Amino acid sequence: MKTCLVVDDSRVIRKVARRILENLQFEVAEANDGAEALKSCKEKMPAAILLDWNMPVMDGITFLRALRKEDGGKAPIVVFCTTENDLAHITEALTEGASEYIMKPFDGEILEAKFSEVGLL
Amino acid sequence: MTPEDIEHLAATLKARSGLILGSDKTYLIESRLSPVARREGFANVSALLSALRTKRDEKLMASVTDAMTTNETFFFRDKAPFDQFKSDILPALAKARLSGDLKVWCAACSTGQEPYSLAMLMDEAKPQFPRINLDILATDISDRCLEKAQAGLYTQFEVQRGLPITMMVKHFEKVDEMWRISPKLRSSIRFKKLNLLEDLRSVGRQDVIYCRNVLIYFDIETKKRVLEQMATLLADDGCLFLGAAETVLGITDAFKPMPGMRGLYIKNAASAQTGARRTA
Repeated sequence: MKTCLVVDDSRVIRKVARRILENLQFEVAEANDGAEALKSCKEKMPAAILLDWNMPVMDGITFLRALRKEDGGKAPIVVFCTTENDLAHITEALTEGASEYIMKPFDGEILEAKFSEVGLL
Repeated sequence: MTPEDIEHLAATLKARSGLILGSDKTYLIESRLSPVARREGFANVSALLSALRTKRDEKLMASVTDAMTTNETFFFRDKAPFDQFKSDILPALAKARLSGDLKVWCAACSTGQEPYSLAMLMDEAKPQFPRINLDILATDISDRCLEKAQAGLYTQFEVQRGLPITMMVKHFEKVDEMWRISPKLRSSIRFKKLNLLEDLRSVGRQDVIYCRNVLIYFDIETKKRVLEQMATLLADDGCLFLGAAETVLGITDAFKPMPGMRGLYIKNAASAQTGARRTA
């Protein structure tokens, strides 16, 4: 079973994402911010990361840059999932190594399509 | 809603668009026509239907037909018809034609996602086929859909359905809360209003026809008539894409399925040979 780390400071969003991902046969781990996510990745690299942008302590893009410098940190497929929906943010995310980008609000259909697009399904 | 109202609606829809209204479609009628009734100032759907029956209001009939036809679509819908185009059909036709226009017809383009998906694919494949120009004709029966397709303006929800983010970044710009496809792609498609029940000769010769998820709404005679007209328009080495749940089997022998490629049809050898002899 593949693992997906859901990084979002909203408990509700994490819960929604968890339900969708578990239906897609993922084992789900959660983190409340970028720092927690980095700690989780150091313990165990997930196959996929669903990543919010704006979070306390460490935001998504800072986490992504730090992740890519870690041992094995280039492996996880990163999909942003954020309310930031302008081309500047999207381009920056892709430049830093995100594979896909979901603009909130999202639903199961969008998440499934995006995960399928990057070969996770 | 009286049975007479529903019967009249069914007859109007069939005559105007070929759409067959199945039995027990009260819910469908109610949900599709409520917004029209409200917009046109009727108390409810029943009042709208009886007005439709007693007055010959052309504009009202057009709005009702428009609302009752299904316009569900999204970018790269079903994926396979686009992958096959890129990996097999485009290279084969480019080799056969060497240069010039490859004509593709999206026969029920709805709000434009299908022709735009093809235009984006071609933009990607262009360096491989520099001498081929994809000439895309996109037609639909609905004015409202064509207007939207031509504007190339989509909601955030629509650009996230089926469209890879790299393609969105490359071809779309953000306009307030909407996303607009580039003028270059918009101008690469000819949009035109067309009812598939009409004489289709004005469409002209085509190399590839996309007619997906339309025929399912027609009765068998209408399906046969549309398919056979398409066969006469299609180049002998061209092909036809139908929806995943559609087939030509049992309807016409003008086409036959392409082995190993679901939803893809080529002209039947008998008719293709006649064409070859004619052009030889």
